[in-house]
This record gives sequence, structure tokens and C-alpha cells, in this order.
Amino acid sequence: MITVQQLTKSYARSTAVDHISFEVGKGQIVGFLGPNGAGKTTTMRMLTCFLPPTSGRAAVAGFDVLEKPLEVKRRIGYLPETPPLYPEMRTIEYLTFVGKIKGLRGPELAKRTDFVLDRCAIADMKDKVLGKLSKGYRQRVGLAQAIIHNPDVLILDEPTAGLDPKQINETRDLIKSLAGDHTIILSTHILPEVEQTCQQVVIINKGKLAATDSVNNLRNRARGAGSVLVEVASRNGTIESEIVQKRLEQVPGVSRVLFKETCGNHAIFEVAGRSDRAIRGDLARAVVEAGWDLNELRTAAVSLEEIFLQLTNTDDANAESVQASGDAVQTATGKAKE
Amino acid sequence: MRNMWIICRKELRSYFVSPIAYLLLGMFAIVFGFFFWNAVGYFVYAGMEAQMRGGMFPMNVNEQVIRPLVSNVGVIGLFLIPMITMRLFAEEKRSGTIELLATAPIRDLEVILGKWLAAMALYAGMLLLTALNFAWLFRYGNPDWKPLAVAYLGLLLQAGALLAIGTFLSTLTRNQIIAGAATFGVCLLLWVLEWVSDYESATWSRAMAYLSILTHFESFAKGLLSIKDVVFYVTAIVLGLFLTARSMESLRWRS
Repeated sequence: MITVQQLTKSYARSTAVDHISFEVGKGQIVGFLGPNGAGKTTTMRMLTCFLPPTSGRAAVAGFDVLEKPLEVKRRIGYLPETPPLYPEMRTIEYLTFVGKIKGLRGPELAKRTDFVLDRCAIADMKDKVLGKLSKGYRQRVGLAQAIIHNPDVLILDEPTAGLDPKQINETRDLIKSLAGDHTIILSTHILPEVEQTCQQVVIINKGKLAATDSVNNLRNRARGAGSVLVEVASRNGTIESEIVQKRLEQVPGVSRVLFKETCGNHAIFEVAGRSDRAIRGDLARAVVEAGWDLNELRTAAVSLEEIFLQLTNTDDANAESVQASGDAVQTATGKAKE
Repeated sequence: MRNMWIICRKELRSYFVSPIAYLLLGMFAIVFGFFFWNAVGYFVYAGMEAQMRGGMFPMNVNEQVIRPLVSNVGVIGLFLIPMITMRLFAEEKRSGTIELLATAPIRDLEVILGKWLAAMALYAGMLLLTALNFAWLFRYGNPDWKPLAVAYLGLLLQAGALLAIGTFLSTLTRNQIIAGAATFGVCLLLWVLEWVSDYESATWSRAMAYLSILTHFESFAKGLLSIKDVVFYVTAIVLGLFLTARSMESLRWRS
């Protein structure tokens, strides 16, 4: 549905988007992920024909954004970062106006207006002046104007930014319910949002494409060849972590053992093996046969946050600092939600 | 072109929902009312004086009341036109709604023409108020209506040119005050350019006088429909709207 090839946008002094290529299939929800200033909005603006690309190609439903902008615009519903509302208009007047400039007429216009009022749960606000609506309602009216002409493609720029947790959930559910009929691209810097709503992720950083994959694949990829966390405890007081590490390294299929931490009589290791499943049994047996206790054996869970940081960190930070900053992001997003 | 009317109606609505339209119409009605009262008062005084002297002072409502008044309408317009056009694009740029217009399946030209027509309609509404005043002249006097009609046409053309320039200047900034001030400056300059012809008759001064909005209104004020002045105003309108279109396009390349 959307094809982007080597898309570039450069200004006199900087390059906002640098040779990005990706594809989005029909009915998919794609998360457009990147830190602030990564070029998400610029890319979206090029897809919506608001900005012309410097070089490269972008096509929506087979129509090129430069050659057939009107055809592209007919098929796109766009919600910019700040909903484009006229503060002096009433909700119903605004939706009618937007419907008209998007080519709806007569009974069809009335039908679609009623539909989006209902779909975005803003029917109560029908006669309210837009300037007096709360942030959540503005966002919903913005979403309503984006879907009013039943476009094939929806482009949503940070649709949940600045909403309270309840509104964020409602908006996410609304977006999810729109998938299927519509192909959706949504940008965000909140990772759980992508994990919850999207099937595919496009990660960009400093204008460059960092990764594009399905959410599941990305998670698996970061797990690598299957890391397993092993917590080993000794029965007689202290534990010699080096001995344990050596023993674990001898287990067939294990490629690398990373010592993580020790605490009293137990130690935690991250074990990477060639195949996730096969080494677990051997690991467990090896630990027990050596006379230690196996306290825990689990797959090292990697959140999208860590993947994201790994991909967007330009300097090769070690795993620990990635972990730490991952936690920082977690708390930051947690706070944002409060 | 249906989209043009949709945009035009939307703009007119926002003029009349906010106090802008009422403020402009009200101010215009009061100022013009004062001018009218003055002009008629002076005409009556001059008429009585002529009668008392017993002289044959030629009295003509068209020449002595209508002609100076329509010129004055132009002067009031000079002050009000920036207030009409300053918000047209600057406001959309500030609030981000320009993104809605630019990503809707409509052409830039439809947006520009729609906005300019709405500004024209508001100005025409102001002229309609002057018609109320002039109606009194027809009630108590016997002026010729044809020169007045030509003068109205001239006023509309003149305003059209200034409104097109104002529309263009409004696309250059997000700040309405800047757009308004720039429009006022340019309009004022175009107005007074003609002064140089008072003391200079070189080619450059004639060229400058030609560019003056005022030079081309004189024939209209007299009630003469001169094609070359119509062409001047129409050219100015087309140029202003063309620049607006260019500016809107460059907006996309720059922003």
C-alpha cells in the first residue's frame, strides 16, 4: 500500500531524512519509532504530500507523491502532531467542512459525519466550539477528520501524545479497531504503544533507517541465538562464580557465558547458546550434577526498549549501560503516563 | 472550483463568527458616515452661499459630493484592508491548520482564490454600507447613477489589487501583526508613489506614478471607465495572487 524508496529530505544545513526505504502492506499497522527529531514527522509529511522529497520516491496505493499528489491526498487521512482544528468552529461544522474539502457531498457527507462522530465517541461534543474542547477530545476530533473520507491509508503523528492514561488506552483501542479497513502508520516515541498496537515497526534514528521488521521478529532478533538467564546457588555458603562459569561453558551447545552478578550464595549468568531449547535441559542437569541448586532458568526477556536503544545508540555501549538507560526510559514513559 | 466556494464560505464564516467583520463594518460605517455628513454639509453651505450672493455657482451633486467621497472610501480602505487580509494565511500557519488544507485533495489555487474572494466579499459588504448613505442623495437630490456605478467598480478593483497583495504578504509569516503591518506599509507606499509627479516629470517619476494605486483611480472617481486603468488593476490582482501561489509552493520546500 505504501512504498518508500531511498526517500531523502535535506535542507541547506542538515539532512532530516536520509535514504529511507520501507514498505507497508494493506491493512497493517506500522509503528514509526524514533527519538525526538529523528525525522518521523518529516517522513510523514512527505508521504502526505505536505513536503516534497529532495530525492527518492514515495508512493501511496501506487500513486507517486510528486506526480499525482491529488490522488495520494484522496487516499490518505492525516493527523498531524497538533490536530489541525479551527478554534472558532463547532465540531459538526468542522467535520462537515473537512468532509467537503475531501470531496464528500450531500447524503454521503451526512452519513460519514454521523459515522465518525459515533466512531470517535465525540457525538456529545457535536455542538461544542473546538477551542473549548479538552486535549483528549481535540485528538479525537483530529482522528475523526482523518478518517472522514474513509481513506485507505491513515497517517497519525504521535496520536497519543499529551493524553492521560485512560485517553491513551481509548485512542489505542480506536486505532486498533480501525486497522483492517485502513492501513495505518503511526509515529511514536513510546515503546509499549508499538508493542501493543503495531504488527510492524520501522525504527529511524537521525534520519536513517535503523531497522524495519515485525514486532515479534525484532524481539527474537534481540534475544539473539537465545539467551538464557541461569541463577545458580551453592549449598555451602559462598559460590565460586568462576568455577560455575567454567562448568557452564562446557555444556554442549553453549557459545558464551556472561557473568552478571553474584549475591550471597547465588550467582546469575546469561548463557547464549546456538539453539534456545536444546541447551536448557543440559544446563539444568550440569548445574544439579555439580552439586549446586538451580534457582532460576528463564529466557532473557528483552523489551523493545532495549532493542530500540541498541539500534539507536550510535556509540557501541556495553550491555550494562544499555540495560540501565533502558530502565531510565521505562521510568520516563511511566511518568509520562501518570 | 466547488472547493473554492467551500473555502470562501469557511473564511466568511470565520470573519463573522469573530468580531473582526463587525468591527471593520462598524468602523467603516462611522468614518464614512462622518465623511458623508461633512461632504453634504459643505455642499449645502456652498449652495446657500451661492444663492445669497445671487451668483450662478455651478452646483453638481456628482462632482461635489460623490466624487470626493468615493476617493475617501479608498483612503479608509487603505487602513482597513490590512486588517482584512492579515489573518488569511498567517493564522492557518500559526495554528497548524495549513497542514489540513495542504494535505486535503484540493489545489492551492482553490484555497487562494477562495480566501481572496472572501476578503473581497467582506470589502463589498463595506461598500454596501456606503450605498445606504448615497441612497439619501437619490432621495433628496438628482445625481446621475452611472458615474457612481463606475466609481464602485473602481473601488472594487482597487481593493481587489490591495487585497491580493495583502493575501500574498500573509503567506510570508506566522504572525498576523507582521502581515498586517507589512500590508499597510506596502499599500501606503503604492498610494503615495504618485506624489513624485508633482515636481518631477522624468521617465522614472512617471513610471513611479504609474505604479501608484491612486493614479489609476482618478478616472473611476470622475465616472470614466478607462480600459487601461481596469487593465492595471486586473494585472495587479493577478500578480498578487500569482505571488501568493508561488509563496505557498515555496512554503512546502522551505518548511
